[in-house]
Amino acid sequence: MTMVDALKIAALLFVASIVQTAILGGIHIRGAAPDLVLVCLVAIALLRGAVAGALAGFLVGLLLDTAYLARLGETSFLLTVAGYWIGRYGETTGRDRSHAPLLSVAVVTVVYAFGSLALRVVLGDPVDASTVLGSALVPAILLNLLLTIPVYALVRRFLGRPEWPRTEVRLLG
Amino acid sequence: MVVGVLVALSLALLSVYFRESEHGSLHGAQGAGATVLRPFEVGAERVARPFRDLYGWFDGLLAAKGENERLRTELELARRRAIENQTAAQENAELRAALGFQDVPGLKDYRRVNTRVLGYPPQQFERQLVIAAGSNAGITLRAPVLASGTLVGQVTNVSPNTAQVTLITDESSAVTAYDVSSNATGLVNASEGGALSLDNVPKSKDVRVADVVATAGSRTERLPSLFPRGIPIGIVTSVRNTDTEPFKQIQVAPPPNVDFSNLYVVTVLVR
Repeated sequence: MTMVDALKIAALLFVASIVQTAILGGIHIRGAAPDLVLVCLVAIALLRGAVAGALAGFLVGLLLDTAYLARLGETSFLLTVAGYWIGRYGETTGRDRSHAPLLSVAVVTVVYAFGSLALRVVLGDPVDASTVLGSALVPAILLNLLLTIPVYALVRRFLGRPEWPRTEVRLLG
Repeated sequence: MVVGVLVALSLALLSVYFRESEHGSLHGAQGAGATVLRPFEVGAERVARPFRDLYGWFDGLLAAKGENERLRTELELARRRAIENQTAAQENAELRAALGFQDVPGLKDYRRVNTRVLGYPPQQFERQLVIAAGSNAGITLRAPVLASGTLVGQVTNVSPNTAQVTLITDESSAVTAYDVSSNATGLVNASEGGALSLDNVPKSKDVRVADVVATAGSRTERLPSLFPRGIPIGIVTSVRNTDTEPFKQIQVAPPPNVDFSNLYVVTVLVR
């Protein structure tokens, strides 16, 4: 990842987090809101790999926690893990697969919801698991999937072609 | 390696933030960060406002016919009540003056800070908002937050220029409240999905559908209420008595003009 790439990713996530906090967070459809930051993070992780995904997740999580005056580190932790995991998938099994962004967004939405819930239970917050994992989860997945194709295309155009670690695959002979 | 460091750093931040006081260094840094982000959030909110209004206009149009009929009935009832209340208020003021009555702090003892909603909760189980005014405007922790004259939440985190509001529909919220008609006192709690209920009301109390529920204010020195007496919370939508429960089961809904998922402007009460 070059310095230009890092700056582009930072700008992209900054805009995404502002749009998310000020606009998209207020749109609730059947109890769920589209998560632009998560979709952007998936696109970045798939295009730039696990380390870039984890770094981007950490920084955007910190930004969201600051904007919401939420507990610092909570969203960073979840998004670091999500960014790394999706990045690894993009570098290995998901490489060059056209369905990788959609599959990643669907899976990460579910895992992120479970992860948030688990973390809140550990921290002793009262949480309504039936809404988050029941009625709101399917609309959340669908809303995020709706964002995936345009957002992935935009991020890919903005960042350029995927970059894979050169040491990942070695041909013998 | 990098990921391990980031995860450890996140957990360390979370741990320190969770343990430190609200005047701690991480809270201070977060407040400074929120101040920097505020102009961007205000800008984005202003750009999005016309589109949101348009969506709200179409959404409102669909429900307008039924709402019009209901509101006409309510208006008629409100007019009759207003006349009765005016007489009662006059009589009440005269009697208080005659008795030299000392009351608990009321709405008149608070200053109002009107502000815009800047940010919305990222996840479905977070019933919180970020507002565009903070400690610089005199806002303190636990300050009551109103929308259209109705209690919607309380301030749970403050930075110099923004504040976090936890809504009363959050499961962590509870407000001592009373039924204005019967004077029955209980606790307004949020249940799963954000529905409100007035709990701990004895079965002997005569609570009826359409009664107004308001904040009860301070009653005891040991556990004083955070809110002044008499802020409307909602209207009773159902009352049930069951053989197995020792108390009434009372459902409360916010007034029709207060939509918790669509709050744009709120009022914070500060002293």
